Amino acid sequence: MIAEIGHVFLWIAAALALFQIYTGVVELRGGPLSPARPLAIAQGTLTGLAFLLLIWLFIVTDLSVDLVVRNSHSLKPMLYKISGAWGNHEGSMLLWLSVLGAAGAAVALFEQRLKPRTLTATLVAQSALSLGFFAFLLFVSNPFKRLPAPATEGMGLNPLLQDPGLAFHPPTLYFGYVGLSVAFSFAVGALITRDVGPAFARAMRPWVLASWIFLTLGITAGSYWAYYELGWGGWWFWDPVENASLMPWLAATALLHSVSVTANRDALRAWTVMLAVVAFSMSMIGTFIVRSGLLTSVHAFAVDPERGSFILALLALYIGGALALFGARIGAVAEGKRFALLSREGSLVINNLLLSVILVVVLTGTLAPIVAEAMGSKISVGPPYFNPVSAIFALPLFAVMVIGPLLRWRRDDGVKVRRWAPVMLVVTMLGIGLLVWLAPGMRLLPLLGLALAAAIAIVSLVPLAGRNLLRTPLPIWGMVIAHFGVAMALAGMATETAFIKERLVAASPGDRVEVGDWQVTFNEIRPVAGPNWTAVEAVLTARRGGSSDIMRPQARYFSQPSTETNEAALLTTWNGQLYAVLGHRIDGTDGAKPRWQLRLWWKPLVWWIWAGGGLIALGGLLALIGRMQPVRMVKVWFARLQSRSIPNGRYGR
Amino acid sequence: MKPKQQRLILAILALVAVVGAGLLAAAALRDQAAYFYTPSEAKAATITPGEAARLGGMVEVGTLRQDADGLTILFSLTDGKASVPVRYTGIVPDLFAEGSGAVADGQFNADGTFVAEKILAKHDERYMPPQMGEMPEHLTDTVVDGGAPVAPTAAATAPARAPGQ
Repeated sequence: MIAEIGHVFLWIAAALALFQIYTGVVELRGGPLSPARPLAIAQGTLTGLAFLLLIWLFIVTDLSVDLVVRNSHSLKPMLYKISGAWGNHEGSMLLWLSVLGAAGAAVALFEQRLKPRTLTATLVAQSALSLGFFAFLLFVSNPFKRLPAPATEGMGLNPLLQDPGLAFHPPTLYFGYVGLSVAFSFAVGALITRDVGPAFARAMRPWVLASWIFLTLGITAGSYWAYYELGWGGWWFWDPVENASLMPWLAATALLHSVSVTANRDALRAWTVMLAVVAFSMSMIGTFIVRSGLLTSVHAFAVDPERGSFILALLALYIGGALALFGARIGAVAEGKRFALLSREGSLVINNLLLSVILVVVLTGTLAPIVAEAMGSKISVGPPYFNPVSAIFALPLFAVMVIGPLLRWRRDDGVKVRRWAPVMLVVTMLGIGLLVWLAPGMRLLPLLGLALAAAIAIVSLVPLAGRNLLRTPLPIWGMVIAHFGVAMALAGMATETAFIKERLVAASPGDRVEVGDWQVTFNEIRPVAGPNWTAVEAVLTARRGGSSDIMRPQARYFSQPSTETNEAALLTTWNGQLYAVLGHRIDGTDGAKPRWQLRLWWKPLVWWIWAGGGLIALGGLLALIGRMQPVRMVKVWFARLQSRSIPNGRYGR
Repeated sequence: MKPKQQRLILAILALVAVVGAGLLAAAALRDQAAYFYTPSEAKAATITPGEAARLGGMVEVGTLRQDADGLTILFSLTDGKASVPVRYTGIVPDLFAEGSGAVADGQFNADGTFVAEKILAKHDERYMPPQMGEMPEHLTDTVVDGGAPVAPTAAATAPARAPGQ
């Protein structure tokens, strides 16, 4: 019964989306007003309820539902029963649709700054997006499909995906992906009503910020998951799925900076609209890549050409439609205000160009295997392509980060830059000099990366210089913390790349291995058991200086379904992580002791990468809180109490 | 400069940057993309030693040898028509075994041995390199059997995995 109710909810929500488009178009053509807000709220509510019902089916392990049988098991821990609801193709598409509906409902509930006509047009665009995905769900991948006869037991879930981090990873990324749909709808709505300007940018900015925060968190968490769960010791593999989340992030980062220019200074109007379209297009392309089965990886749930072509058709329809609208209407968008090249806007234009270029590079490398496959040759594109080509453009991007925050809006006299430039140059040169002296033979890219990280870290704090810290607006704090986070992550990446130490040994209990400045003793090997797995565990003692710690890497065996996984052991210290992986047993010939393969890495500063990612997201969160209306009202009121007005600062509202 | 001119300049800049990046990416791809070969294709093609490549096939039964150092393995990948010797130093994935599919990332050395830097083994039907889907069915083993709980095999419960036995 529950499954049928969920299915009916989806149909009703789809009908409401169609009705919203119809009434909205009528209104925009000068007819009677559309009940846009209630329709959007009802649509979001019904879709959300359908998703909750699906989760319920997984909680009770309803074995008459096809999806539950294929992705769950009555013996699974409750958390993974619940996450099983979105740990598969149909469920994840329903999650996507729920977020799409919730975003439309949130716009309808909270958006007060847009003209009513533009709001109607925005909600029509959002419903048009929803409608396509409703069709996809209802016609080719119904999550509520029943089996002709109930199964006796479910088929479980890949134990690789049984990890608390991974339970929350897809929803986080989806909030990010689909939050960008609102930016897309705002852009389309503003184009339809010819209403592109600072008010539109100010309405769009919190949405861009919010989805960018989720994307940042999702990418950071996903990178950490891959790092410790796969046991390969890397933190970024340029896997198609990673790229699928990186591309919307790059576009959203560019959009975040350009929307600030449009909101504050009324420049870059057309560019911001274009980027909003591109950002959500990247989300859809990412979804298409991951869900179409074109590129198979841990995340690809099923290979199904029918679904792939359906999503591809949707993609072509939405992106093509939005670009056609952009081409038709952009002439009518008035130019924004002028600015000098040496100005905050100028540096943000360069930031945007470089981010777009990196986006093109990543997109090309990600799609190349698909194109090549269509032309009959099979290629794979990996780090040898991505690392150098993206670094070429990332380094100037970081260099602009050093200069940009020092510049004024509209036109800069160069005073601040001239004051800080010697400091920056000295810091950078000193850094390079120190590194060359302490670590001869270091490769160029990590060297430049570390030097730039130091410069960014210092400059990121400059906006706080000479301010009353308690009265500094939150968006400024956000910028400072996010930029500092970039410096931290960059320092972590460069240090780990340059100074990593790796040892691969076959050792017997009692042996000692040295890695970096650590002495690792292999104490014993023993069997252990968990709730749904059994494992072999190596017990290692890691010593450095006077301290010692125990590490327990495991090789696990799961029975439902029968799978083996590797559990790496991590030892985190202030200056890095020791990483241990247990391999296979090697039986000695002619009576020698059996040995075990052990892989040990010393990764200096590696955790700075994710800490930096967390700081970037935190900076975004502070900026978002500072931009929210209620918070601003409290602040204005508080300032009035002090009988002074808030200084507008360089972040003029 | 009027706003209109400035906008035009920005648009041209953006176009140049994006097109330039696309061209650069295409040029880099030509150098850096690794081609995927089946053993027969690898035998037929002339592959420069040291050029990045991928080799996919079945681990030929009876060819897996453990080197004395306990870390290096030697085996052959086959597609039923031709087989190529592969050398790999490191920890093989859990499901790497004789008679099941694997993909090796690496390059050929001068004597025709493929030196792998990374090995991907076929997990269950949800995780495999796309190229392996095109192999004949009997070359790939499925782990999940219609939802029936699979009894742990001896190889899985006993951690000992003696290659070549």
